[in-house]
Amino acid sequence: MSDRSQLIETGVPFTFDAQRDAEFERLVKRYPTRESMILPALWLAQEQEGWISAEAIGYIADRIGTFASQVFEVATFYTMYNLHPMGKFHICVCRTLSCYLLGKQEIVDYLKRELGIKPGEVSKDGQFSLEEVECLGHCGTAPVVQVNGEFYENMNVDKLKELLATLK
Amino acid sequence: MQVKVLSARFDIPDAHKIEVAKENGAYATLEKVFSMQPIEVIELVKQSGLRGRGGAGFPTGLKWSFLPKNNQKPVYLAVNSDESEPATFKDRHILVLDPHAMIEGIIICCYAINSHDAYIYIRGEYTTQVKVLQAAIDEAYAAGYLGASVCGQDYRLDVTVHRGAGAYICGEETALLESIEGRKGQPRSKPPFPAVEGLYGCPTIINNVQSIASLPFILTNGADAYKAFGTEKSPGTHLFGISGLVKKPGMYELPLGLPLLEVIEKVAGGLREGRTLKGIIPGGSSTPVLTPEEAQTVTLDYESMAAHKTMFGSGGIVVLDDTVDIVKLVENLIHFYHHESCGQCTPCREGLGWMLKIVKKIIGGNGTTADINLLVELCDNIEMKTVCVLSAACTMPVRSYLNKFRHEFEAYVKSDVSCQTAM
Repeated sequence: MSDRSQLIETGVPFTFDAQRDAEFERLVKRYPTRESMILPALWLAQEQEGWISAEAIGYIADRIGTFASQVFEVATFYTMYNLHPMGKFHICVCRTLSCYLLGKQEIVDYLKRELGIKPGEVSKDGQFSLEEVECLGHCGTAPVVQVNGEFYENMNVDKLKELLATLK
Repeated sequence: MQVKVLSARFDIPDAHKIEVAKENGAYATLEKVFSMQPIEVIELVKQSGLRGRGGAGFPTGLKWSFLPKNNQKPVYLAVNSDESEPATFKDRHILVLDPHAMIEGIIICCYAINSHDAYIYIRGEYTTQVKVLQAAIDEAYAAGYLGASVCGQDYRLDVTVHRGAGAYICGEETALLESIEGRKGQPRSKPPFPAVEGLYGCPTIINNVQSIASLPFILTNGADAYKAFGTEKSPGTHLFGISGLVKKPGMYELPLGLPLLEVIEKVAGGLREGRTLKGIIPGGSSTPVLTPEEAQTVTLDYESMAAHKTMFGSGGIVVLDDTVDIVKLVENLIHFYHHESCGQCTPCREGLGWMLKIVKKIIGGNGTTADINLLVELCDNIEMKTVCVLSAACTMPVRSYLNKFRHEFEAYVKSDVSCQTAM
Protein backbone atom coordinates (compact mmCIF):
# COMPACT_ATOMS: atom_id res chain seq x y z
CA MET A 1 0.00 0.00 0.00
CA SER A 2 1.08 3.56 -0.44
CA ASP A 3 2.69 5.71 2.23
CA ARG A 4 0.64 5.45 5.40
CA SER A 5 2.79 7.71 7.53
CA GLN A 6 1.61 11.06 6.20
CA LEU A 7 -1.71 12.76 6.78
CA ILE A 8 -3.18 15.08 4.16
CA GLU A 9 -4.68 18.42 5.15
CA THR A 10 -7.74 19.58 3.25
CA GLY A 11 -7.80 23.08 4.69
CA VAL A 12 -11.46 22.59 5.52
CA PRO A 13 -12.66 21.91 9.08
CA PHE A 14 -14.15 18.46 9.64
CA THR A 15 -17.31 17.67 11.60
CA PHE A 16 -19.62 14.67 11.64
CA ASP A 17 -22.88 15.14 9.74
CA ALA A 18 -26.14 14.67 11.70
CA GLN A 19 -26.39 10.95 10.93
CA ARG A 20 -22.79 10.21 12.04
CA ASP A 21 -23.16 12.48 15.03
CA ALA A 22 -26.17 10.47 16.21
CA GLU A 23 -24.35 7.18 15.63
CA PHE A 24 -21.34 8.46 17.60
CA GLU A 25 -23.59 9.39 20.52
CA ARG A 26 -25.37 6.00 20.39
CA LEU A 27 -22.09 4.08 20.44
CA VAL A 28 -20.19 6.11 23.01
CA LYS A 29 -22.65 5.02 25.69
CA ARG A 30 -21.78 1.39 25.02
CA TYR A 31 -18.17 1.63 26.15
CA PRO A 32 -16.79 2.35 29.61
CA THR A 33 -13.96 4.46 28.13
CA ARG A 34 -14.15 7.09 25.42
CA GLU A 35 -10.92 5.82 23.82
CA SER A 36 -12.89 2.77 22.65
CA MET A 37 -14.60 5.12 20.21
CA ILE A 38 -11.38 5.67 18.21
CA LEU A 39 -11.96 2.82 15.75
CA PRO A 40 -15.72 3.41 15.37
CA ALA A 41 -15.18 7.17 14.94
CA LEU A 42 -12.55 6.59 12.25
CA TRP A 43 -15.05 4.38 10.43
CA LEU A 44 -17.71 7.08 10.68
CA ALA A 45 -15.34 9.69 9.26
CA GLN A 46 -14.34 7.40 6.41
CA GLU A 47 -17.96 6.53 5.60
CA GLN A 48 -18.74 10.22 5.45
CA GLU A 49 -15.80 11.43 3.36
CA GLY A 50 -14.42 8.27 1.77
CA TRP A 51 -11.08 8.82 3.48
CA ILE A 52 -9.56 10.25 6.68
CA SER A 53 -7.89 13.66 6.57
CA ALA A 54 -5.65 15.40 9.10
CA GLU A 55 -8.66 17.50 10.08
CA ALA A 56 -10.76 14.38 10.70
CA ILE A 57 -8.02 12.95 12.95
CA GLY A 58 -7.97 16.19 14.96
CA TYR A 59 -11.75 16.32 15.19
CA ILE A 60 -11.99 12.72 16.42
CA ALA A 61 -9.28 13.32 19.02
CA ASP A 62 -11.09 16.41 20.34
CA ARG A 63 -14.46 14.69 20.27
CA ILE A 64 -13.13 11.74 22.25
CA GLY A 65 -10.90 13.80 24.50
CA THR A 66 -7.60 12.20 23.62
CA PHE A 67 -4.40 13.11 21.79
CA ALA A 68 -4.41 13.36 18.01
CA SER A 69 -1.27 11.20 18.07
CA GLN A 70 -3.26 8.34 19.59
CA VAL A 71 -5.89 8.53 16.85
CA PHE A 72 -3.12 8.88 14.24
CA GLU A 73 -1.37 5.78 15.59
CA VAL A 74 -4.56 3.73 15.28
CA ALA A 75 -5.40 5.11 11.83
CA THR A 76 -1.99 4.14 10.47
CA PHE A 77 -1.97 0.66 12.05
CA TYR A 78 -5.23 -0.57 10.52
CA THR A 79 -4.86 -0.85 6.76
CA MET A 80 -8.52 -0.32 5.89
CA TYR A 81 -8.45 3.30 6.96
CA ASN A 82 -7.76 5.34 3.83
CA LEU A 83 -5.39 8.20 4.56
CA HIS A 84 -5.81 9.72 1.12
CA PRO A 85 -8.76 9.91 -1.30
CA MET A 86 -9.45 6.62 -3.08
CA GLY A 87 -11.08 6.09 -6.45
CA LYS A 88 -14.83 6.39 -6.85
CA PHE A 89 -14.63 2.61 -7.27
CA HIS A 90 -12.15 1.06 -4.87
CA ILE A 91 -11.28 -2.42 -6.11
CA CYS A 92 -9.64 -4.92 -3.76
CA VAL A 93 -8.36 -8.24 -5.06
CA CYS A 94 -7.65 -10.98 -2.53
CA ARG A 95 -4.09 -12.23 -2.98
CA THR A 96 -3.86 -14.99 -0.37
CA LEU A 97 -3.76 -18.80 -0.48
CA SER A 98 -7.00 -20.08 -2.08
CA CYS A 99 -7.41 -16.99 -4.26
CA TYR A 100 -3.74 -17.33 -5.20
CA LEU A 101 -4.25 -21.00 -6.11
CA LEU A 102 -7.28 -20.16 -8.24
CA GLY A 103 -5.76 -17.42 -10.34
CA LYS A 104 -5.87 -14.06 -8.59
CA GLN A 105 -2.81 -13.00 -10.57
CA GLU A 106 -4.73 -13.07 -13.87
CA ILE A 107 -7.29 -10.78 -12.28
CA VAL A 108 -4.66 -8.37 -10.95
CA ASP A 109 -2.83 -8.34 -14.29
CA TYR A 110 -6.05 -7.67 -16.19
CA LEU A 111 -7.00 -4.80 -13.87
CA LYS A 112 -3.52 -3.28 -14.13
CA ARG A 113 -3.78 -3.28 -17.92
CA GLU A 114 -7.38 -2.16 -18.07
CA LEU A 115 -7.18 0.62 -15.45
CA GLY A 116 -3.62 1.65 -16.18
CA ILE A 117 -2.72 1.63 -12.48
CA LYS A 118 -0.73 -0.61 -10.18
CA PRO A 119 -2.01 -1.91 -6.82
CA GLY A 120 -1.82 0.98 -4.35
CA GLU A 121 -2.56 3.62 -6.98
CA VAL A 122 -5.54 5.77 -7.92
CA SER A 123 -6.38 6.46 -11.57
CA LYS A 124 -5.77 10.04 -12.73
CA ASP A 125 -9.48 10.68 -13.30
CA GLY A 126 -10.20 9.52 -9.75
CA GLN A 127 -12.56 6.80 -10.97
CA PHE A 128 -10.63 3.73 -9.84
CA SER A 129 -8.22 2.65 -7.14
CA LEU A 130 -6.73 -0.82 -6.99
CA GLU A 131 -5.39 -2.76 -4.06
CA GLU A 132 -4.16 -6.29 -3.48
CA VAL A 133 -5.37 -7.31 -0.05
CA GLU A 134 -4.81 -10.26 2.26
CA CYS A 135 -7.40 -13.02 2.76
CA LEU A 136 -10.98 -11.73 2.48
CA GLY A 137 -12.57 -14.85 3.98
CA HIS A 138 -14.29 -16.04 0.80
CA CYS A 139 -11.92 -18.94 0.07
CA GLY A 140 -14.69 -21.34 -0.96
CA THR A 141 -15.68 -19.04 -3.81
CA ALA A 142 -12.18 -17.94 -4.78
CA PRO A 143 -10.94 -15.84 -6.40
CA VAL A 144 -12.80 -12.93 -4.85
CA VAL A 145 -12.85 -9.22 -5.64
CA GLN A 146 -14.38 -6.49 -3.49
CA VAL A 147 -15.64 -3.23 -5.00
CA ASN A 148 -16.62 -0.52 -2.51
CA GLY A 149 -17.27 -3.27 0.04
CA GLU A 150 -19.41 -5.49 -2.19
CA PHE A 151 -18.09 -9.00 -2.77
CA TYR A 152 -17.85 -10.59 -6.23
CA GLU A 153 -17.09 -14.29 -5.98
CA ASN A 154 -15.76 -16.97 -8.35
CA MET A 155 -14.23 -14.23 -10.45
CA ASN A 156 -12.51 -14.58 -13.79
CA VAL A 157 -11.45 -12.13 -16.48
CA ASP A 158 -14.75 -12.43 -18.39
CA LYS A 159 -16.84 -11.69 -15.31
CA LEU A 160 -14.49 -8.87 -14.46
CA LYS A 161 -15.03 -7.30 -17.89
CA GLU A 162 -18.79 -7.35 -17.29
CA LEU A 163 -18.34 -5.91 -13.82
CA LEU A 164 -16.07 -3.07 -14.97
CA ALA A 165 -18.63 -2.12 -17.64
CA THR A 166 -21.15 -1.46 -14.87
CA LEU A 167 -18.80 0.77 -12.88
CA LYS A 168 -19.40 4.19 -14.29
CA MET B 1 -21.97 -37.23 5.60
CA GLN B 2 -23.30 -33.69 6.09
CA VAL B 3 -25.38 -32.83 9.15
CA LYS B 4 -27.59 -29.89 10.11
CA VAL B 5 -26.96 -28.68 13.63
CA LEU B 6 -25.36 -25.26 13.31
CA SER B 7 -26.59 -24.95 9.76
CA ALA B 8 -30.15 -26.08 10.55
CA ARG B 9 -31.63 -22.76 9.41
CA PHE B 10 -29.09 -21.93 6.68
CA ASP B 11 -31.34 -23.16 3.85
CA ILE B 12 -34.50 -21.47 5.11
CA PRO B 13 -35.18 -18.30 3.11
CA ASP B 14 -34.91 -15.13 5.21
CA ALA B 15 -33.80 -17.00 8.34
CA HIS B 16 -31.69 -13.94 9.17
CA LYS B 17 -34.97 -12.17 9.98
CA ILE B 18 -36.22 -12.63 13.51
CA GLU B 19 -39.80 -13.74 12.66
CA VAL B 20 -38.52 -16.48 10.36
CA ALA B 21 -35.81 -17.51 12.81
CA LYS B 22 -38.33 -17.68 15.65
CA GLU B 23 -40.79 -19.76 13.60
CA ASN B 24 -37.91 -22.18 13.22
CA GLY B 25 -36.90 -22.41 16.85
CA ALA B 26 -34.70 -19.38 17.56
CA TYR B 27 -34.79 -18.05 21.14
CA ALA B 28 -37.02 -20.98 22.20
CA THR B 29 -34.51 -22.29 24.69
CA LEU B 30 -34.14 -19.06 26.68
CA GLU B 31 -37.04 -19.79 29.01
CA LYS B 32 -35.29 -22.99 30.04
CA VAL B 33 -31.96 -21.17 30.37
CA PHE B 34 -33.39 -18.55 32.74
CA SER B 35 -34.93 -21.32 34.87
CA MET B 36 -31.44 -22.72 35.39
CA GLN B 37 -28.71 -21.40 37.67
CA PRO B 38 -25.72 -19.92 35.75
CA ILE B 39 -23.46 -22.62 37.19
CA GLU B 40 -25.82 -25.26 35.79
CA VAL B 41 -25.46 -23.74 32.32
CA ILE B 42 -21.68 -23.84 32.64
CA GLU B 43 -21.82 -27.48 33.80
CA LEU B 44 -24.03 -28.44 30.86
CA VAL B 45 -21.65 -26.82 28.37
CA LYS B 46 -18.74 -28.60 30.07
CA GLN B 47 -20.57 -31.92 29.79
CA SER B 48 -21.27 -31.33 26.09
CA GLY B 49 -17.53 -31.31 25.47
CA LEU B 50 -17.83 -28.25 23.21
CA ARG B 51 -14.36 -27.05 22.27
CA GLY B 52 -13.43 -23.57 21.11
CA ARG B 53 -13.99 -23.31 17.39
CA GLY B 54 -11.61 -20.44 16.74
CA GLY B 55 -8.73 -22.82 16.23
CA ALA B 56 -7.27 -23.70 19.61
CA GLY B 57 -9.98 -26.20 20.56
CA PHE B 58 -9.92 -25.30 24.24
CA PRO B 59 -13.00 -26.62 26.10
CA THR B 60 -15.53 -23.78 26.18
CA GLY B 61 -17.17 -24.60 29.53
CA LEU B 62 -13.80 -24.95 31.20
CA LYS B 63 -12.75 -21.54 29.84
CA TRP B 64 -15.83 -19.99 31.42
CA SER B 65 -15.06 -21.59 34.77
CA PHE B 66 -11.69 -19.76 34.91
CA LEU B 67 -13.49 -16.53 35.77
CA PRO B 68 -12.53 -15.48 39.30
CA LYS B 69 -14.96 -16.38 42.07
CA ASN B 70 -16.43 -13.59 44.22
CA ASN B 71 -15.59 -11.12 41.49
CA GLN B 72 -16.83 -7.55 42.05
CA LYS B 73 -15.86 -6.15 38.65
CA PRO B 74 -17.96 -6.24 35.48
CA VAL B 75 -17.51 -9.35 33.34
CA TYR B 76 -17.28 -8.95 29.56
CA LEU B 77 -17.89 -11.27 26.65
CA ALA B 78 -16.01 -10.64 23.43
CA VAL B 79 -17.21 -12.67 20.48
CA ASN B 80 -14.36 -13.24 18.07
CA SER B 81 -15.66 -12.73 14.58
CA ASP B 82 -12.36 -11.61 13.12
CA GLU B 83 -12.08 -14.75 10.95
CA SER B 84 -8.91 -13.73 9.15
CA GLU B 85 -6.91 -16.94 8.98
CA PRO B 86 -6.47 -17.72 5.29
CA ALA B 87 -8.74 -20.62 4.24
CA THR B 88 -11.26 -19.84 6.99
CA PHE B 89 -14.72 -18.73 5.92
CA LYS B 90 -17.16 -20.45 8.25
CA ASP B 91 -18.28 -17.82 10.78
CA ARG B 92 -19.37 -15.54 7.95
CA HIS B 93 -22.13 -18.02 7.11
CA ILE B 94 -23.50 -17.82 10.65
CA LEU B 95 -23.37 -14.00 10.63
CA VAL B 96 -25.33 -13.75 7.41
CA LEU B 97 -27.57 -16.83 7.31
CA ASP B 98 -28.43 -17.28 10.99
CA PRO B 99 -27.29 -14.32 13.11
CA HIS B 100 -30.03 -15.01 15.66
CA ALA B 101 -28.37 -18.33 16.56
CA MET B 102 -25.32 -16.34 17.57
CA ILE B 103 -27.34 -13.71 19.44
CA GLU B 104 -29.19 -16.46 21.32
CA GLY B 105 -25.82 -18.04 22.09
CA ILE B 106 -24.54 -14.70 23.39
CA ILE B 107 -27.52 -14.44 25.75
CA ILE B 108 -26.87 -17.98 27.02
CA CYS B 109 -23.16 -17.33 27.51
CA CYS B 110 -23.60 -13.95 29.17
CA TYR B 111 -26.20 -15.36 31.57
CA ALA B 112 -23.84 -18.21 32.45
CA ILE B 113 -20.85 -15.94 33.11
CA ASN B 114 -22.89 -13.10 34.63
CA SER B 115 -22.01 -10.56 31.97
CA HIS B 116 -24.10 -7.60 30.91
CA ASP B 117 -21.99 -6.33 28.03
CA ALA B 118 -20.98 -8.30 24.98
CA TYR B 119 -18.88 -7.01 22.10
CA ILE B 120 -18.86 -8.71 18.74
CA TYR B 121 -15.51 -8.00 17.12
CA ILE B 122 -16.05 -8.36 13.37
CA ARG B 123 -13.33 -7.95 10.77
CA GLY B 124 -13.58 -4.70 8.82
CA GLU B 125 -13.66 -6.46 5.46
CA TYR B 126 -17.03 -8.01 6.31
CA THR B 127 -18.87 -4.93 5.08
CA THR B 128 -22.06 -6.53 3.82
CA GLN B 129 -22.07 -9.06 6.65
CA VAL B 130 -21.92 -6.43 9.39
CA LYS B 131 -25.11 -4.84 8.05
CA VAL B 132 -27.03 -8.12 8.32
CA LEU B 133 -25.63 -8.69 11.79
CA GLN B 134 -26.50 -5.19 13.03
CA ALA B 135 -30.03 -5.49 11.63
CA ALA B 136 -30.47 -8.77 13.51
CA ILE B 137 -29.23 -7.18 16.74
CA ASP B 138 -31.65 -4.29 16.27
CA GLU B 139 -34.47 -6.81 15.80
CA ALA B 140 -33.44 -8.65 18.96
CA TYR B 141 -33.53 -5.37 20.93
CA ALA B 142 -36.97 -4.54 19.53
CA ALA B 143 -38.24 -8.01 20.45
CA GLY B 144 -36.97 -7.72 24.04
CA TYR B 145 -34.24 -10.34 23.78
CA LEU B 146 -31.59 -7.70 24.37
CA GLY B 147 -31.63 -4.49 26.39
CA ALA B 148 -32.67 -3.50 29.89
CA SER B 149 -34.79 -6.54 30.57
CA VAL B 150 -33.92 -9.65 28.60
CA CYS B 151 -37.03 -11.81 28.09
CA GLY B 152 -38.78 -9.86 30.84
CA GLN B 153 -36.16 -10.97 33.37
CA ASP B 154 -34.38 -8.66 35.78
CA TYR B 155 -31.33 -8.95 33.61
CA ARG B 156 -29.71 -6.33 31.35
CA LEU B 157 -27.67 -7.30 28.33
CA ASP B 158 -26.21 -4.97 25.71
CA VAL B 159 -24.56 -6.29 22.57
CA THR B 160 -22.32 -3.95 20.57
CA VAL B 161 -20.67 -4.60 17.24
CA HIS B 162 -17.07 -3.39 17.11
CA ARG B 163 -15.58 -3.30 13.62
CA GLY B 164 -11.94 -4.07 13.01
CA ALA B 165 -10.19 -2.38 10.11
CA GLY B 166 -7.93 -4.84 8.38
CA ALA B 167 -5.57 -6.50 10.84
CA TYR B 168 -5.26 -10.30 11.04
CA ILE B 169 -3.57 -9.98 14.42
CA CYS B 170 -6.84 -8.79 16.00
CA GLY B 171 -8.04 -12.39 15.86
CA GLU B 172 -5.49 -13.00 18.64
CA GLU B 173 -7.58 -12.59 21.73
CA THR B 174 -5.57 -9.96 23.58
CA ALA B 175 -4.95 -7.95 20.39
CA LEU B 176 -8.71 -8.05 19.93
CA LEU B 177 -9.15 -6.55 23.40
CA GLU B 178 -6.58 -3.85 22.67
CA SER B 179 -8.49 -3.00 19.52
CA ILE B 180 -11.80 -2.66 21.39
CA GLU B 181 -10.03 -0.40 23.88
CA GLY B 182 -9.04 1.87 20.99
CA ARG B 183 -5.42 0.94 20.42
CA LYS B 184 -3.23 -0.78 17.87
CA GLY B 185 -3.82 -4.53 17.81
CA GLN B 186 -0.66 -5.54 19.62
CA PRO B 187 -1.04 -8.67 21.75
CA ARG B 188 -0.50 -8.55 25.51
CA SER B 189 1.89 -10.71 27.49
CA LYS B 190 0.11 -13.50 29.32
CA PRO B 191 -0.45 -14.04 32.21
CA PRO B 192 -2.66 -12.41 33.31
CA PHE B 193 -5.10 -14.28 31.10
CA PRO B 194 -8.21 -12.45 29.91
CA ALA B 195 -10.49 -14.53 32.15
CA VAL B 196 -8.80 -12.78 35.07
CA GLU B 197 -7.76 -9.46 33.53
CA GLY B 198 -9.13 -8.79 30.07
CA LEU B 199 -11.17 -5.95 28.64
CA TYR B 200 -10.78 -2.72 30.66
CA GLY B 201 -8.85 -4.74 33.24
CA CYS B 202 -11.92 -6.83 34.01
CA PRO B 203 -12.57 -10.58 33.71
CA THR B 204 -13.34 -11.33 30.07
CA ILE B 205 -14.36 -14.38 28.08
CA ILE B 206 -13.46 -14.48 24.41
CA ASN B 207 -15.29 -17.07 22.33
CA ASN B 208 -15.46 -17.70 18.61
CA VAL B 209 -18.72 -17.12 16.70
CA GLN B 210 -19.17 -20.82 15.98
CA SER B 211 -18.63 -21.80 19.62
CA ILE B 212 -21.28 -19.29 20.67
CA ALA B 213 -23.70 -20.38 17.92
CA SER B 214 -23.36 -23.99 19.10
CA LEU B 215 -24.87 -23.14 22.49
CA PRO B 216 -28.60 -23.01 21.61
CA PHE B 217 -28.53 -26.61 20.33
CA ILE B 218 -26.71 -27.80 23.45
CA LEU B 219 -29.09 -26.00 25.83
CA THR B 220 -32.15 -27.16 23.91
CA ASN B 221 -31.20 -30.79 23.37
CA GLY B 222 -28.74 -31.48 26.15
CA ALA B 223 -25.11 -32.52 26.32
CA ASP B 224 -25.72 -36.09 25.17
CA ALA B 225 -27.47 -34.97 22.00
CA TYR B 226 -24.40 -32.88 21.12
CA LYS B 227 -22.01 -35.67 22.04
CA ALA B 228 -23.95 -38.00 19.76
CA PHE B 229 -22.02 -36.27 16.99
CA GLY B 230 -18.27 -36.55 16.60
CA THR B 231 -15.78 -38.57 18.62
CA GLU B 232 -15.41 -39.05 22.36
CA LYS B 233 -12.73 -36.38 22.76
CA SER B 234 -13.83 -34.18 19.85
CA PRO B 235 -17.61 -34.17 20.14
CA GLY B 236 -20.06 -32.21 18.05
CA THR B 237 -20.17 -30.78 14.59
CA HIS B 238 -18.05 -28.20 12.79
CA LEU B 239 -18.46 -25.91 9.81
CA PHE B 240 -15.61 -27.00 7.56
CA GLY B 241 -14.46 -24.72 4.77
CA ILE B 242 -13.00 -26.72 1.92
CA SER B 243 -11.19 -24.68 -0.71
CA GLY B 244 -8.36 -24.86 -3.18
CA LEU B 245 -8.14 -27.30 -6.05
CA VAL B 246 -11.27 -29.43 -5.63
CA LYS B 247 -14.37 -29.75 -7.79
CA LYS B 248 -16.86 -28.49 -5.20
CA PRO B 249 -15.26 -26.06 -2.79
CA GLY B 250 -17.52 -24.66 -0.09
CA MET B 251 -18.65 -24.65 3.53
CA TYR B 252 -19.96 -27.97 4.83
CA GLU B 253 -21.19 -28.91 8.28
CA LEU B 254 -19.86 -32.30 9.32
CA PRO B 255 -19.54 -34.22 12.55
CA LEU B 256 -15.96 -34.34 13.79
CA GLY B 257 -13.97 -37.53 13.27
CA LEU B 258 -14.60 -38.28 9.59
CA PRO B 259 -11.72 -39.46 7.40
CA LEU B 260 -10.18 -36.44 5.64
CA LEU B 261 -9.74 -38.03 2.22
CA GLU B 262 -13.26 -39.43 2.20
CA VAL B 263 -14.62 -35.97 2.96
CA ILE B 264 -12.62 -34.41 0.13
CA GLU B 265 -13.83 -37.12 -2.25
CA LYS B 266 -17.48 -37.42 -1.27
CA VAL B 267 -18.31 -33.94 0.03
CA ALA B 268 -16.03 -31.64 -1.97
CA GLY B 269 -16.21 -33.66 -5.18
CA GLY B 270 -12.58 -34.74 -5.17
CA LEU B 271 -9.71 -33.44 -7.26
CA ARG B 272 -10.19 -31.89 -10.66
CA GLU B 273 -9.99 -34.19 -13.71
CA GLY B 274 -6.61 -35.69 -14.36
CA ARG B 275 -4.97 -34.19 -11.30
CA THR B 276 -3.17 -35.95 -8.46
CA LEU B 277 -2.97 -34.92 -4.81
CA LYS B 278 0.18 -33.12 -3.65
CA GLY B 279 -0.80 -32.07 -0.14
CA ILE B 280 -3.56 -30.89 2.17
CA ILE B 281 -3.58 -27.93 4.53
CA PRO B 282 -5.88 -29.28 7.24
CA GLY B 283 -7.06 -26.32 9.34
CA GLY B 284 -6.12 -22.91 8.00
CA SER B 285 -2.87 -21.58 6.54
CA SER B 286 -1.00 -21.78 9.85
CA THR B 287 -1.38 -25.55 10.21
CA PRO B 288 1.45 -27.82 8.98
CA VAL B 289 0.75 -29.41 5.60
CA LEU B 290 -0.08 -33.11 5.22
CA THR B 291 1.40 -35.25 2.44
CA PRO B 292 -0.94 -37.58 0.50
CA GLU B 293 0.47 -40.53 2.50
CA GLU B 294 -0.16 -38.82 5.85
CA ALA B 295 -3.62 -37.73 4.72
CA GLN B 296 -4.67 -41.34 4.27
CA THR B 297 -4.88 -41.96 8.01
CA VAL B 298 -6.08 -38.56 9.25
CA THR B 299 -9.56 -38.00 10.60
CA LEU B 300 -11.14 -34.58 11.15
CA ASP B 301 -10.72 -34.27 14.90
CA TYR B 302 -8.29 -32.60 17.28
CA GLU B 303 -6.59 -35.85 18.39
CA SER B 304 -5.94 -37.31 14.96
CA MET B 305 -4.52 -34.01 13.72
CA ALA B 306 -2.20 -33.80 16.74
CA ALA B 307 -1.09 -37.41 16.20
CA HIS B 308 -0.09 -36.41 12.67
CA LYS B 309 1.90 -33.44 14.03
CA THR B 310 -0.48 -30.87 12.65
CA MET B 311 -3.55 -29.07 13.98
CA PHE B 312 -7.29 -29.13 13.56
CA GLY B 313 -7.21 -25.33 13.59
CA SER B 314 -10.19 -23.51 12.15
CA GLY B 315 -11.40 -26.36 9.94
CA GLY B 316 -10.26 -24.52 6.82
CA ILE B 317 -9.06 -27.30 4.52
CA VAL B 318 -7.06 -26.43 1.42
CA VAL B 319 -6.41 -29.06 -1.22
CA LEU B 320 -3.19 -28.79 -3.23
CA ASP B 321 -2.79 -30.77 -6.46
CA ASP B 322 0.20 -31.51 -8.68
CA THR B 323 -0.05 -28.10 -10.40
CA VAL B 324 0.94 -26.26 -7.22
CA ASP B 325 4.47 -24.87 -6.91
CA ILE B 326 5.15 -25.34 -3.21
CA VAL B 327 7.94 -22.75 -3.12
CA LYS B 328 5.67 -20.07 -4.56
CA LEU B 329 2.89 -21.12 -2.20
CA VAL B 330 5.31 -20.65 0.69
CA GLU B 331 6.17 -17.19 -0.64
CA ASN B 332 2.46 -16.35 -0.65
CA LEU B 333 2.07 -17.52 2.95
CA ILE B 334 5.17 -15.75 4.27
CA HIS B 335 4.03 -12.56 2.53
CA PHE B 336 0.74 -12.81 4.41
CA TYR B 337 2.28 -13.27 7.86
CA HIS B 338 4.98 -10.66 7.26
CA HIS B 339 2.31 -8.17 6.18
CA GLU B 340 0.16 -8.98 9.20
CA SER B 341 2.92 -8.89 11.84
CA CYS B 342 1.93 -6.20 14.34
CA GLY B 343 5.54 -5.07 14.62
CA GLN B 344 5.80 -5.41 18.37
CA CYS B 345 8.42 -8.18 18.57
CA THR B 346 11.65 -8.03 16.59
CA PRO B 347 11.93 -11.75 15.68
CA CYS B 348 8.52 -11.60 13.99
CA ARG B 349 8.69 -8.10 12.48
CA GLU B 350 12.19 -8.54 11.03
CA GLY B 351 12.47 -12.33 10.82
CA LEU B 352 9.44 -12.90 8.64
CA GLY B 353 10.76 -10.18 6.32
CA TRP B 354 14.09 -12.00 6.06
CA MET B 355 12.28 -15.24 5.30
CA LEU B 356 10.34 -13.52 2.53
CA LYS B 357 13.53 -12.09 1.03
CA ILE B 358 15.20 -15.48 1.08
CA VAL B 359 12.32 -17.34 -0.53
CA LYS B 360 12.07 -14.62 -3.21
CA LYS B 361 15.79 -15.02 -3.83
CA ILE B 362 15.31 -18.79 -4.26
CA ILE B 363 12.39 -18.28 -6.66
CA GLY B 364 14.45 -15.72 -8.59
CA GLY B 365 17.04 -18.40 -9.27
CA ASN B 366 19.69 -16.85 -7.05
CA GLY B 367 19.28 -19.14 -4.06
CA THR B 368 21.66 -21.76 -2.71
CA THR B 369 21.25 -24.83 -0.54
CA ALA B 370 22.57 -22.67 2.26
CA ASP B 371 19.53 -20.43 1.80
CA ILE B 372 17.18 -23.38 2.26
CA ASN B 373 19.02 -24.28 5.45
CA LEU B 374 18.89 -20.67 6.57
CA LEU B 375 15.10 -20.71 6.19
CA VAL B 376 14.94 -23.72 8.51
CA GLU B 377 17.25 -22.01 10.98
CA LEU B 378 15.17 -18.83 10.92
CA CYS B 379 12.03 -20.83 11.67
CA ASP B 380 13.75 -22.25 14.76
CA ASN B 381 15.03 -18.85 15.86
CA ILE B 382 11.75 -16.98 15.44
CA GLU B 383 9.30 -19.48 16.88
CA MET B 384 8.23 -19.05 20.52
CA LYS B 385 10.41 -15.96 20.95
CA THR B 386 7.55 -13.53 20.60
CA VAL B 387 4.62 -12.31 22.69
CA CYS B 388 1.99 -14.11 20.60
CA VAL B 389 1.91 -17.03 18.19
CA LEU B 390 1.62 -15.10 14.91
CA SER B 391 5.23 -15.83 14.06
CA ALA B 392 4.74 -19.52 14.88
CA ALA B 393 1.67 -19.49 12.66
CA CYS B 394 4.12 -18.74 9.86
CA THR B 395 7.13 -20.84 10.87
CA MET B 396 5.21 -24.04 11.72
CA PRO B 397 3.69 -24.47 8.26
CA VAL B 398 6.82 -23.18 6.48
CA ARG B 399 8.95 -25.73 8.33
CA SER B 400 6.52 -28.46 7.27
CA TYR B 401 6.85 -27.46 3.60
CA LEU B 402 10.64 -27.34 3.95
CA ASN B 403 10.69 -30.82 5.49
CA LYS B 404 8.13 -32.52 3.30
CA PHE B 405 8.76 -30.78 -0.02
CA ARG B 406 12.45 -29.96 0.27
CA HIS B 407 13.05 -31.37 -3.19
CA GLU B 408 10.96 -28.56 -4.66
CA PHE B 409 13.12 -25.95 -2.97
CA GLU B 410 16.24 -27.82 -4.09
CA ALA B 411 14.99 -27.90 -7.67
CA TYR B 412 15.19 -24.11 -7.67
CA VAL B 413 18.82 -24.10 -6.54
CA LYS B 414 19.99 -27.33 -8.20
CA SER B 415 21.73 -25.70 -11.12
CA ASP B 416 23.60 -23.42 -8.78
CA VAL B 417 27.19 -24.59 -8.26
CA SER B 418 27.66 -22.30 -5.29
CA CYS B 419 25.44 -24.57 -3.20
CA GLN B 420 28.37 -27.00 -3.03
CA THR B 421 30.67 -24.45 -1.48
CA ALA B 422 27.95 -22.96 0.68
CA MET B 423 27.58 -26.26 2.51
